[in-house]
Formats: sequence, C-alpha cells, structure tokens
Amino acid sequence: MEPSLARYIWKHTRKQQIWILAIVLLSMIPYFMSFDLPKLIVNGPIQGKGFEQPGATLPFMRLHYNLPFIGEVQFFSGFQLDRTETLLALSLVFLLLVVINGLFKLYINTYKGRLGERMLRRIRFDLIDRVLRFPPIYFKRVKSAEVATMVKDEVEPLGGFIGDAFLQPVLLGGQALTAMLFIMVQNVWLGMIAMVIVAIQIVLIPRMRRRLIVLGRQRQLTARALSGRVGEIVDGIGAVHVHDTSNYERADIAARLGLIFKIRFDLYQWKFMVKFLNNFLAQLTPFLFYMIGGYLVIGGRLDVGQLVAVIGAYKDLPGPMKELIDWDQDRQDVQVKYQQVVEQFTVEDIIAPGIGALTIDDPGPMTNPLSAVGLSIADDGGAMLLNRISMQVKPAETVALVSTPTGGAEALAEAFARLNWPESGKVASGTDDLLELPEAVTGRRMSYASSDVFLFQASLRDNLLYGLKHAPLTSVTYDGAAADRQRWNIDEARRSGNPDFDTHSDWIDYASAGATGPHDLFEAVRRVLDAVLLSRDILDLGLRSSADLTRHTKLAGRIVELRAALRTRLEQEGLRELVVPFEPGAYNTEATIGQNLLFGAAAGPELADKALAANPYFASVLKQAGLDRTLYEMGMEIAEQAIELFADLPPDHQFFQQLAFMSAEEIPAYETLLQRLKNRLYETVSEADRAMIITLSFAYIEPRHRFGLLTDELMSKIVAARNQFYENLPSELQNAIERYDPAKYIAAATVMDNVLFGRVGNNHPDAPDRIRSIVYEILDELGLYAELLDVGLDFNVGAGGRRLTGGQRQKLDVARALLKRPDFLILNRPLSALDQRVQDKVLRNVLEEARRDDHSPAIVWVVTSPAMAMMFDRVIVFDSGQLVEDGTHETLLADNGIFKELLS
Amino acid sequence: MLLKDEVGMLQRVPLFSGIEPAKLKLLAFTSDRVNYSAGQILFRQGDEADAAYVILSGRADILVDSDSGPIKVAELLPNSIVGEIAILCNSSRTATVRAASDLEALRIRKDHFLRLMKEFPEMTIEILRVLADRLSHTTADLIDARTA
Repeated sequence: MEPSLARYIWKHTRKQQIWILAIVLLSMIPYFMSFDLPKLIVNGPIQGKGFEQPGATLPFMRLHYNLPFIGEVQFFSGFQLDRTETLLALSLVFLLLVVINGLFKLYINTYKGRLGERMLRRIRFDLIDRVLRFPPIYFKRVKSAEVATMVKDEVEPLGGFIGDAFLQPVLLGGQALTAMLFIMVQNVWLGMIAMVIVAIQIVLIPRMRRRLIVLGRQRQLTARALSGRVGEIVDGIGAVHVHDTSNYERADIAARLGLIFKIRFDLYQWKFMVKFLNNFLAQLTPFLFYMIGGYLVIGGRLDVGQLVAVIGAYKDLPGPMKELIDWDQDRQDVQVKYQQVVEQFTVEDIIAPGIGALTIDDPGPMTNPLSAVGLSIADDGGAMLLNRISMQVKPAETVALVSTPTGGAEALAEAFARLNWPESGKVASGTDDLLELPEAVTGRRMSYASSDVFLFQASLRDNLLYGLKHAPLTSVTYDGAAADRQRWNIDEARRSGNPDFDTHSDWIDYASAGATGPHDLFEAVRRVLDAVLLSRDILDLGLRSSADLTRHTKLAGRIVELRAALRTRLEQEGLRELVVPFEPGAYNTEATIGQNLLFGAAAGPELADKALAANPYFASVLKQAGLDRTLYEMGMEIAEQAIELFADLPPDHQFFQQLAFMSAEEIPAYETLLQRLKNRLYETVSEADRAMIITLSFAYIEPRHRFGLLTDELMSKIVAARNQFYENLPSELQNAIERYDPAKYIAAATVMDNVLFGRVGNNHPDAPDRIRSIVYEILDELGLYAELLDVGLDFNVGAGGRRLTGGQRQKLDVARALLKRPDFLILNRPLSALDQRVQDKVLRNVLEEARRDDHSPAIVWVVTSPAMAMMFDRVIVFDSGQLVEDGTHETLLADNGIFKELLS
Repeated sequence: MLLKDEVGMLQRVPLFSGIEPAKLKLLAFTSDRVNYSAGQILFRQGDEADAAYVILSGRADILVDSDSGPIKVAELLPNSIVGEIAILCNSSRTATVRAASDLEALRIRKDHFLRLMKEFPEMTIEILRVLADRLSHTTADLIDARTA
C-alpha cells in the first residue's frame, strides 16, 4: 500500500477530485451573483433608481456585452418592466439563485461524501485482503481485536477527510490569497503587516501541532492496545476466573485507561492552547491596523478611506486561514492514522495475490507425490522443530507419523498444510513448491484437520460445509427491485475496488463431496458424520431444539404418525407407564400444574414462566374456575415447605437445583412475604402478592415433590380451567400460546416434546435414555432420521464453537476434512480430546470412509498413540526433529528400534 | 407415599435413625423416588457407585457374580438401605441388586449425600457412630469365629 495518504487518495480518486473542483468553481458563479443581487433590488425597485418617472420601465435580462475590437453587442434587448414588475422579477431571480446554490451545495456534499465512503470501503477491503494474505507466522504475534480495531475504527476518519483532501486547500488558499492581494492593493505597508502575521501563523502553528501529532499517535496505539486487551479478557475469561486474577485484570485495565486519559487530556490542553494562540494572532492584525494605521492617519500619511478598506478586507482573511490550518491539522491527523495502520499491515513475505485468486473450474486431482525436501522448521523462538527432513508420500498411500514428544511430526503435518513455513528446504507436490501452488489446488485437493479446531459462529451445517465453499458456482438471476439492487451492488463494489462475488450464489462445491446437488449432498454429510461418530450427538441436539418448520416440513407433516408409532412401541415393550401422554380432557400427573393449566407451549413472553400468574386474563380464568384461592393456599404451603427445607443452606448450594419453585436469591423475599401474609385473609392480599405466591404452585409436580397437595377434585378443576382459558382467549394472546393438539406439531416446543407429546415419568431413573433410543428407532423406521439430523445441523455452535464439547469440535473438524474427498488427507492428532477407544473406532471409520467408492486418497495421520499405526501402510517415526525410522508396521517391529520402544 | 412418610421410613433405617427429622426431610426431598418392576436391575456389580437406595416397599435380591452365574446372597426388605458403603468409599459396586417384586425406592445421590454430611457435622457423627457400631460388631463376630 502507498505509504503516503495523499498519494493513495490521488491514485484512486484523481478524476473525481478534478471533477469536484470544477463543479465547485462553477458553483462560484451563482454564489457571487447572489451577493450582487440584494444591492440591485434595494437600489433599483425599492429606492426607485431609474424609476424616477411614473410609469417608467427598464429592460430586464438585456444581454449586451462590450467586446474588444467589436464594441457593444446586444444579444437580447430584454423585457420592459415597470417598478413593481422589476421588484417581482428580481426577487424571483434571487429565489432562483438560492435554489441553485442550495442544489450545488447538495451535489457537492453528496459527491464528497460518496467519494470518502468509497475510499473508506476500498481501504478497509485492502486491509482485510492483506490480512487474508499474511504469512502464518504473523498471526502468532498479533491480537485479533487489534486488527479489528484498526480496520474498523482507525481508518474511519479517513472517509470524512478524503472529499476535502484536495478541494479544501485550493479553495481556501484561493480565498485567503484574494483577501491578501486586496489588502496589498489598498496599502502595501499594512499588507506587509498582515503578511508577517500570517507567516508567523503558518510557521508556528504547525510546529506546535507536532506535539499534537505525537500525542495523537500515542492515543491511537494505546487505544488499540486496549481493544487487544479487552479481546484477550473475553477470550481468556476462563483462565481469569480459574486463577482469581480478575482484579489483576481490573488493575491492568484501569492503568491503561489512566494512561489513555492522560494522553487525551494532554491532547485537549495542547489543542486549546494552539487554538488560543491562533485566535490571538488573528486578532493581533486588526490591533496593529488600528494602532499603526491610526497613527499614520493622525500623522496624515494615510487617508481614512484606505484604512477602513483594509480593515474591511482583512475580515475575509482569518476565516479561510483558520479553516486552512484546521484542514492541515486534519490532514496530519489522518496521515498519522493511515501511516500507523499501513505500517502494521506491511509485512514481509506476504502471500502473492495469485495464490488465493478466485478459481471457478475444478483444478483437477493432485497426482504427484507430496514431499519434504531438506525441510527444516523452526518455532518462533528459533528452536528447530524439524531438521533437514526428506521424505515422500505417494498418492494413495496411508502413512502414520509416530512421534516422541520432541519428534516434530506435527510440524511436518503443519508444513504440508502450509500452516508452518519452512525455515529452509521446501515442501513440494511433484516438482512444484507447495507454497507456490494456488490455494485453489491445495485447498480443494488437500484436507487438513488438527486438534486445534476453529469453528465459525454459525450452524453446524455451515461449519461442516465451510470446506466446500471455494467459489460462487451458480449465477443467481434477480428480478425487479432485487435486480436493480444487485446492479447497484456490483457497480459500487467495482468503484471501490472490491470484488463483486455474489454471496447469494451457491458456493458449495457438491462435486468434491461426491454429490451432484443439494438433494443428494445430505447422504455424503450423513456418511462423514457417521464415520466420526458425531451423528448421535447431532441427533440429540436435534431432539432438544425446536425445528424450523419452513425447512423441516416432513417432521411436522408426519407428527401424528410419529406419536402413534411411539405409543404402539411403548405398548409393545410394556413400557407404557414411562410416558404419560397429554390428553385434552385429562390431567397429566407428571407435568407441572402450570403446564396442565396452560396445556400449550408459550410462544411469546406474555404467558411464559413468571409472567403467567401475573397475566390479567389468566388470573381472571383462575378466579372463574374457583382456583385462585386453592392455588394461593397451595403456593403458601409450598413456600413454607421450601423455606423450611432450604433456608439454612448457603445460596450457592447445589441442592437449589432440585428446588424448582424459586431460586436461592428469591428465598429471603419469599421468607418476608410469608411472614407478612401468614395470617392474612385471602381477600385482603394484593394482586401482586397473590401472583407471587400462585406462581409457586405452577411448578409443582406431585410424584416428584411429594408434598401431597394434589387432589382429584383439584385436577378436574384444573382441566376445566384449561378449557375456559382457550374458550375466551383474547386476540392479543392468540399468538402467545400454541395449544397442545394431538394432531398438530407445536412449533414452539422441542422435537422431543413434540414426539413424546407427554411427560416422561419422574419415577423411572433410566426412562429418558430408553425413550430416546426408542424415538431414534422409530424415526429411522419412518424414514425421518435424516430429517432429525438436519434439525440438529441447524444448531448454532456459538463463538469459536464453544457450545460444543472439545471432542465434538474435533470430530466436526475431521468430518469437514473428509467431506471434501481430497487427494491428500492430512490429520494432525485430530482426535486428541477423545479417549483411545473412540479414537481407534473413528480411525477405522475414517480410513474406510475416505476410501469409499474406489477413492484412494493418501492419508497422513499424526497418531496420538503408536498402537494406532497398525492400521497404516507405512509408519514413519520422528525423534528430536529427525526422521529416525521408516517402514511398514511389521518391519519396524522387527527392527527393535524406537518404534518398538514407544509401543511397549 | 408422601415426603413426610418417606421421612418416617428413613428414620427407621439404622444409619439415619439418630438424625433430626428436618435434615432427613431435606435428604428425602433431594432424593429421587424411583419405581422398578420385578426383574429390573437397580445397579450392576462393577458399575461405578453413584447412589444409595432405601427400599420403601417391595423386595430386592442381592446377587454376586460367580463362575456358575449370579448367586443370590441376601434379600432386601422395606426400610433397608443398600449401596451406602460404595458411595462412601468411592469403590465400584460389589454386587448386583435386582427387584424381586414391584419395588419403590428412594435414590440418594452420592454427591447429595456427601454434601449433606459436609453441611451438617452432627449428621456425619451420627453416621460415623452407626458405622463404628457395625465395625465393632464385625470385629466381635470375627473374634467369636476365631475362638470358636
């Protein structure tokens, strides 16, 4: 990137800068005309000059010019207008000029704004583009939050400056020069005085501002470091709490903020100091004019008219001068910012743009062997991880890399994945240096998974398919307004030097996953998920989440069938009592009282959780059904029991998880409430207190809590209240609740709840597991297994994939690498978070899956345990950065070398 | 059976008989009430011990694996506790327990049980007393067996 901001701007906006300058100059014509007009109006029609005779007329809009050599030429003799008509005409011209000036201003500002925004877009894109091309080592040293703040915040002020970058100095300089010249014409000596002061301003002020620039740079660096630290705290919050270092972090942040404050305050002080001086110098000139000029007038060496004219002219000088100096300050400010950013983004060994260039066509398979030639790799501290290794992996060969703790096999795998660059030697595909091959080849024909997994904050599906999104493969056709918007998008992208790849296009490379399109991709996905033993986890996630009914229509369509199948199966297996189904006319003893009353899933906040008891309509239904008092008394009983049981326990006690009615924090509030209400009549208790107490009863499940509060009479009353509730449901609550209906899918409930359509009995400790496996079997029988897996794939993995366990993340990473069906599959201790038994199982599955359909990729696997090496054609052993043994499992065992030692 | 009845049952278990009712109520509340039908397994020999069970109604058999299949070594009747030693000393199950009829039991989770003991030392002392009692009985039995 250009080191100088001015050059960068000039390079990309030359034509626009010249155009806007021309427009500004053009706009001067109506601007000055509008200055002249008021005088014409006042002197002419208002004061009557030229209209001395009644009925006199003057020509309006007469076009005549005095041309040299030709003399007076008249183009248009004009309209003859009387005094009132002239007033009207001139006023209208004034109005017209106001409009024209306004429009010019609008155009110029819009144009400048757009110019700045386009440049901002360009510079931000350029920066990100460079980030995408940084060598891997750079990322070991830089904090992501600092890069983000540079791209987002630090270049932001550039946008505002770019429109004025060249325009402002030309314009203001012109104005200042004109004013100066005018003073000079009036009186040379006074002109000289003004000039000296201006010269002092020009020399002194920027000099003083140098300190401002230094402070500005410090401000930028400290602020950037602050965002780096904030990012670090967020990412490392676990470590902070584990080590009780939150106060250390507080101290560090406070110290940084203190430093930033000091810098910023210094900056303010200097800024206003400079401002003061600047203003003082500007006012010094008239002082000198009055004093020296006045003295000269008294002495008769200057006439009064000249002095007044000079002072009059001077009033036009400080304005432009001040703005010019401000502009200069802005310029230096953004130049510093720009330089700071550009310095950070200028790194050695940046990856050539061609390596990552967009390639639509399939690059064809990698048929050459992958080799390391005299490869040495050093870590950041300079220690050698690998020392002049030479080896070759032939296509279709499976190789286990076994390594002692200091062996360096991981570094070799990273080198094959281009994540670690050689210190000397090279990694090559055939004769080509791997680092010089386009990523379109290595990223599509090679796959890499390691124990260090990064997942994007998106759905499981998006993360899984991420490895297939190399290029926009379809061109989307847009209609109507969307087409216009798309044209605009492309046009603007090009004007800012951004690429115009369409994010709405289908980027998924189905062919590389062995599929032909979206319809059969799922088969491939399912196979890789099965291979890494992740399907079950995803099914569980699917069961626990609510399905998006626009996508998963099959599930909703066949829900009745599913529920019936589950009933039949439970019946057959004699497990009927495990699930108590929801029946519209019956009380479900395994569900809470609240669930029994509502008999539906809350789809909005109005009827959810704690809001339910306070809902006026719901309260009125309870009253009508004669339940309010009963539930209140029940709530009082529960409050008493709960407080008796739990009041002695510290609030963080794990037993509170068992207490469904209230949280530990609420206990004191309920204690005082209970004291207050104990001997009060129900009628005298306020609505809010009643709701507080009644809420408690909603969480009650008789078989679980066993307080003996539920009677048959109460149950039938509750069922009756349920029907009343739905009979008169006001329209504003229609969308807040989805009623349980045996024939309908409930969108607000989880898939599991939908299939069960009831509650699992509380008294059967293994019931949830048994039911889950039965549900899976039924889904499989009905052909809905894939649908559920698809629901599970909607699960959002959270920031960095943190909503998944470490093992799940690693499995997902391997699945993603497998899905691509590469020619070279590099796996770098990919499953370290799993126990050995599972690792062995996944290893076998992966080897099998990778070779499905006569596919025969080369597989390089850095194994966590030497025993795993048995599954491979070839075993290579590393020790202290050296390749020490290379052969088949049998030959190495026979050799009695390090491998055998490691194995025992 | 209600919570308060369970407390009554717990009081009749020697291990808990000296503990004040309020604590027993908390223990009962935080325990799960579980039902088994005849033939269902409560836990298996060799499993990790995660809970003790107090039989509320019904019968259960204690089985030990042998070369010729499981052998019944004892029977559990209401008010008896099973599995309490394993949750106290982190060992795995030394026997299998199978319901011999329809069975109701209170499942006391290991972490809850230990937490209660930590929270209420008087309860721990009471349990310690019962265990020491058992030990002295066992010792006495052993001496009798040796001298006999």
